[in-house]
Amino acid sequence: MTPATLVTRHTQALLGALGRLVRAPLATVLTLLVIGLALALPAALGMLVRNAQSATGGFARAVDMSIYLRSSVPLARARQLAVEARAVHGVASVQVISAAEGLRQLRKYSGFGAALDALPSNPLPNVLRVVPQPRSSGAAALERLQRTFARWPEVRMVQLDAQWVMRFDAMLAVLHRLVSIAAILFGAGVLAVIGNTIRLEILNRRAEIEVTKLVGGSNAFVRRPFLYTGMIYGLGGALLAWLVLEGAVLDLRAPVAHLAQLYGSAFTLNGLEGRELVALFGGGMALGWLGAWISARRHLRGIEPRA
Amino acid sequence: MIQFERVSKRYPNGREALTNVDFFVGRGELAFITGRSGAGKSTLLKLIALLERPSRGTVSVNGHSIGGLHARHIPAFRRQIGMVFQDHKLLADRPVFDNVALPLVVAGAPLKEIDKRVRAALDQVGLLGKERMLPVELSVGEQQRVGIARAIVGKPPIIVADEPTGNLDPDLALEVMRLFKRFSEVGVTVLVATHDLHVVREFVSREITLSGGQLTGGGVDPLPSLVASR
Repeated sequence: MTPATLVTRHTQALLGALGRLVRAPLATVLTLLVIGLALALPAALGMLVRNAQSATGGFARAVDMSIYLRSSVPLARARQLAVEARAVHGVASVQVISAAEGLRQLRKYSGFGAALDALPSNPLPNVLRVVPQPRSSGAAALERLQRTFARWPEVRMVQLDAQWVMRFDAMLAVLHRLVSIAAILFGAGVLAVIGNTIRLEILNRRAEIEVTKLVGGSNAFVRRPFLYTGMIYGLGGALLAWLVLEGAVLDLRAPVAHLAQLYGSAFTLNGLEGRELVALFGGGMALGWLGAWISARRHLRGIEPRA
Repeated sequence: MIQFERVSKRYPNGREALTNVDFFVGRGELAFITGRSGAGKSTLLKLIALLERPSRGTVSVNGHSIGGLHARHIPAFRRQIGMVFQDHKLLADRPVFDNVALPLVVAGAPLKEIDKRVRAALDQVGLLGKERMLPVELSVGEQQRVGIARAIVGKPPIIVADEPTGNLDPDLALEVMRLFKRFSEVGVTVLVATHDLHVVREFVSREITLSGGQLTGGGVDPLPSLVASR
């Protein structure tokens, strides 16, 4: 077969499949809706996880670490230690909060002014506030920094509120897994929907398939329009899922930005991006093709011409 | 062109449709297969088109035994055989043109050629101008001729027809048979199963007679030695 006739055949199969879908608009739209929503769910979950990740990337940058020095360590030594701390890998900046400054802040923000005045001496130690580099603000990196500073003899304790970062990381890992499970389950659902739709289509066109085989149509020829139908369903469903998600993102963008602003973040919600779009459309098309192929393989075999 | 050697066909339900059938039909021959209904005429044609496989014996088409043909090669094989059916087997939701074009479409012919050959085939059966009509809009005789146009459009070397005149009145039946005669005159091997003896007698032609699944007349044995040894 020449390439030209191959192109002709595929064009015919594609146009034939499209024509059939257009001629039964209600059934087509309903099927597309089911496939679209089934694809939209895991895609939405994946988008949510990615957005949560990029949002906490912002929060994690706000994480800092307080190094409480022993009360015996004088301010001059604390300043030296700050210089050393600045040289530690993964540290962005170090600020010295002297005991006096600490007391002043405590008096200002705690409302215990009178009680503090009653103290005979300043009970607070000198403190170094360490801001990690963004790259080192993951839970594991923060813990590493914490251990490094805790080993210094002048350090009494390193306070790090990393618990929530770790919990959040663990939560994201669970969500990631959930996305995979949802993708598999809903993917199987899409396969089943398309497979069943193609099965009904094959049964409806039984007479036509028989005649086609009678005049010498090969299995590949008979199967081709069904494969295109499956691919169109998959692609159409992916397109629908994308539109649904874009609509949802558009609707959520303003409230999410407001929420982020209250947390002091410039985070904005992002819709599906490059690779995700490729995955959605490629996955939809592949599922459509596969569902149709499995169904065609299973049901076309049973249709042999009996003149 | 078509050769049966000691061919028997037993269906899964135990009915033996053909028993030890031997015959040979040469290129360009027009042969009628006659016999009562149930005599095995349809089974014989199905064996030629590989719609059924023989239980015993060898069927050869164009000099090759088709018994060992792989399922993958059956479509290409069927394109060499134009088939006509008593119930036409037309696609009811497609216009005449699409129905006739089907064998060319499955064979991957270029669109221009399809257009040309479909018109030529319709012209031969006298239906030019009815390309856009649906089969139900045609008379029974016209539907049968659409089926014939579909059988000849791919210019197959063999045409088999199963009771092509079963639903036609005698005049129309004769007309259809004359068509087959014309095809045989240009070198096409034509096998027509029919119980319509009146029509057959109008032609000076081979008549292969079946009775109860056995050949009772008209077989030309290409291997005389086998006859002697029987």
